[in-house]
Amino acid sequence: MKYSMSALFENKPGVLNRVVSLFRRRNFNIDSLTVGRTEIPDLSRMTILIEGTEAEARKVEKSLYKLPNVVQVEHLHDKPSVTRDLALIKVEVDGQKRPEVMQLCDIFRARVVDVAQSSVIVEITGEEDKIESFIELLRNIGIIEMVRTGIVAMGRGQHTVTPANGYRKLGTKTYKNVI
Amino acid sequence: MKLTGAEILWECLIREGVDLVFGYPGGAILPAYDAMTKYPQVHHVLVRHEQGAAHMADGYARATGKVGVAVATSGPGATNLVTGIATAMLDSTPMVCITGQVPTGVIGSDAFQETDITGITLPITKHNYLVVDVEDIVHTIREAFYLARSGRPGPVLVDIPKDVQIATTEFDYPDEPVTVPGQRPVGEALQDELDVMLEMISQSNRPLILGGHGITLSGAERELLKFVEKVQVPVALTLLGKGTMPEGHPLCLGMMGMHGEAHVNLAIQEADLLLAFGMRFDDRVTGDLSTYAQNSRKIQIDIDASEINKNVRVDLGITGDLRQVLNQVLPRLKNTDHREWHKLIRGWQEERHSRDIYNLEEGDKLYAAHVIRDLWKYTGGDCIVVTDVGQHQMWEAQYYPHERPRTLITSGGLGTMGFGFPAAIGARMGLPHEEVWAIVGDGGFQMTMAELATAVEQKVSVNIAIMNNRYLGMVRQWQEFFYEERYHATPMASPDFCKLADAYNIPSMRVTARGEVSKSVDFARSHQDGPVLIEYVVEKHDIVYPMVPTGAALHNMIRRPRAVTASSEKE
Ligand SMILES: Cc1cc2nc3c(=O)[nH]c(=O)nc-3n(C[C@H](O)[C@H](O)[C@H](O)COP(=O)(O)OP(=O)(O)OC[C@H]3O[C@@H](n4cnc5c(N)ncnc54)[C@H](O)[C@@H]3O)c2cc1C
Ligand SMILES: Cc1ncc(C[n+]2csc(CCOP(=O)(O)OP(=O)(O)O)c2C)c(N)n1
Ligand SMILES: [Mg+2]
Repeated sequence: MKYSMSALFENKPGVLNRVVSLFRRRNFNIDSLTVGRTEIPDLSRMTILIEGTEAEARKVEKSLYKLPNVVQVEHLHDKPSVTRDLALIKVEVDGQKRPEVMQLCDIFRARVVDVAQSSVIVEITGEEDKIESFIELLRNIGIIEMVRTGIVAMGRGQHTVTPANGYRKLGTKTYKNVI
Repeated sequence: MKLTGAEILWECLIREGVDLVFGYPGGAILPAYDAMTKYPQVHHVLVRHEQGAAHMADGYARATGKVGVAVATSGPGATNLVTGIATAMLDSTPMVCITGQVPTGVIGSDAFQETDITGITLPITKHNYLVVDVEDIVHTIREAFYLARSGRPGPVLVDIPKDVQIATTEFDYPDEPVTVPGQRPVGEALQDELDVMLEMISQSNRPLILGGHGITLSGAERELLKFVEKVQVPVALTLLGKGTMPEGHPLCLGMMGMHGEAHVNLAIQEADLLLAFGMRFDDRVTGDLSTYAQNSRKIQIDIDASEINKNVRVDLGITGDLRQVLNQVLPRLKNTDHREWHKLIRGWQEERHSRDIYNLEEGDKLYAAHVIRDLWKYTGGDCIVVTDVGQHQMWEAQYYPHERPRTLITSGGLGTMGFGFPAAIGARMGLPHEEVWAIVGDGGFQMTMAELATAVEQKVSVNIAIMNNRYLGMVRQWQEFFYEERYHATPMASPDFCKLADAYNIPSMRVTARGEVSKSVDFARSHQDGPVLIEYVVEKHDIVYPMVPTGAALHNMIRRPRAVTASSEKE
């Protein structure tokens, strides 16, 4: 089974390294990991997708909490949530194949974002399954290159992941980015 | 007032209660060393190798419960600390290591004596910091001490580049307590958890407490005793749990695990309820997990949520501070007696005596176990014993009962040879009124014996008891059992330890017969102004029994083959 969780952590140099080092050390099977800024300037959010059992998902959560920079961890798989992945796919096309690609894009609500002599780049956003099936169809046409962002997720409605006790910035925090 | 980063460092350390640091200077930490001269209230112990500094800080912390501090320079100084940091991490010792670093401007350029020590120690510290601005020193040091001693304690490293030590700023020390954003206070159990716990206890006929190091870390010894007496539950201890419950107590069974006593392991396998109090089910404790304690329900209380269900699945896991949780349940416990269960265990216990080495006639041999037993007897059994790693460590655990917490200091989780002697120096410097014995092997002692000079220079009265079996005994034992007696790379030559002591002007004595052990104690006690070295020339081919081979079920122990009848225990 796949389990998703969302973690808020202090946006300090080296923190990502700590998280990744923890996953490696504890031998967790991480399927996807995305990191980005949040509504709070000092916090970053990580969406983690792990392949494993529920017990393993709980272990990941407990281990994350051992890192002093981790502020909040929430499981998303057990609550209503929206998950999205984005892929950019460069497809090999000729005059004949181009309309075929355009048609697929239409069905999947993907967009063509670049057109060249013998290739196009399409962009697709959505749940993993949808993207997977889109990619499968494109494979037959000919994929030259592909990049995916990994999963980002957010709980619906009142299922919000914010720091439980509010977040108070500590210290003067003038760390330069040296790591 | 404007102070340099180096001065601010000492101002902060002093405010954390530090009056003793173990260290070794070098280029990148020189500003801090120079500033130290302005703070005579801090005593610096110059070690002979940075590993020694880390182990001394560790021994100091384990003996006193305070945070130990080690200081080293960048590069090789910092990397020499690594083994000591990992040792502290595995056994949850509160420790802060301060390292110098190359100036911020050249970090990342492979500068002279640059190593990425925060990168290197990331997996072996509770947390670490690279301070790149003098403004950050105050809150970083405060946070470092807070993290080292709070929750599940552990080592924290603070790496300070040379230019940051030199830079000046206004020194301003905040009054408010430290808070760390990701730190959740862990304390009491939920009412539901307590209800379930009490229910499980009341349904049990064969309960057993597995007492671990967490009891001492939480200061729960008195609560444990009350619990035990009320419910009449016997207690099995881990190696690091020794001392948490007086071993003379009738309900204290002794050590569990690979070299634990047979009756203790049998009790674990036969219990119907296991109460794991601050112990983490190390593989040396459980043996084969698929056959471990199959007849019992299990309750685990640990301050570290990630320890619960890590190795052994439990029926009830309580994340909390042991002392607080015990205080919550104590008023609600009912008196029980469990007499049948005690009788069963006592039966197994009696069987043990027939195979016990201290009932073995020594003949013309000197057994390390006899020496350790006699040291216990002639010292009054109330010393702080610091061991190294190997057979002698296990014999200490088996034959030196401890009555008080923090009186056995030993490297359990990492099993670091070379730990014993420096850790004993740290322990004695922390508790100068205690009698401290370092019980070490001929192999491990040679790893850190450079610290003899430190002990002499600092006039530290540590009694060094070398169990010289001319072998890496514990490894030899494995070769005997599992590698068809191919004793490769385990016979070991040593210097003449007494001559070595002479070179340092350390009083020394060599013991070759059991009758001389009591004299050696008198000898050690007659020298109080520095270390004393005693070499016990012990039996070469002895084996630590019982032994659960790695991966075997806990009750499948290899026992001392020969049953012994005559009792030579001359109590
Ligand atoms: C050669 C050799 C042989 C060994 N053989 C044996 C053996 O036969 N038997 C044996 O027992 N060990 C043996 N060991 C030691 C073993 O490897 C482990 O180090 C030991 O079992 C760990 O004991 P522990 O779980 O009590 O302590 P630790 O590893 O220190 O764990 C302490 C636990 O307590 C928790 N804790 C901390 N503070 C609190 C608090 N306030 N409240 C609640 N919980 C808290 C921690 O989170 C942790 O889970 C051997 C070691 C060596 C080197
Ligand atoms: C630093 C380190 N290296 C290797 C080992 C593996 N090891 C464990 S016990 C042991 C033998 C210890 O020999 P000695 O110090 O003479 O003690 P004895 O077992 O003979 O009592 C060895 C080599 C270790 N624990 N630590
Ligand atoms: Mg030896």
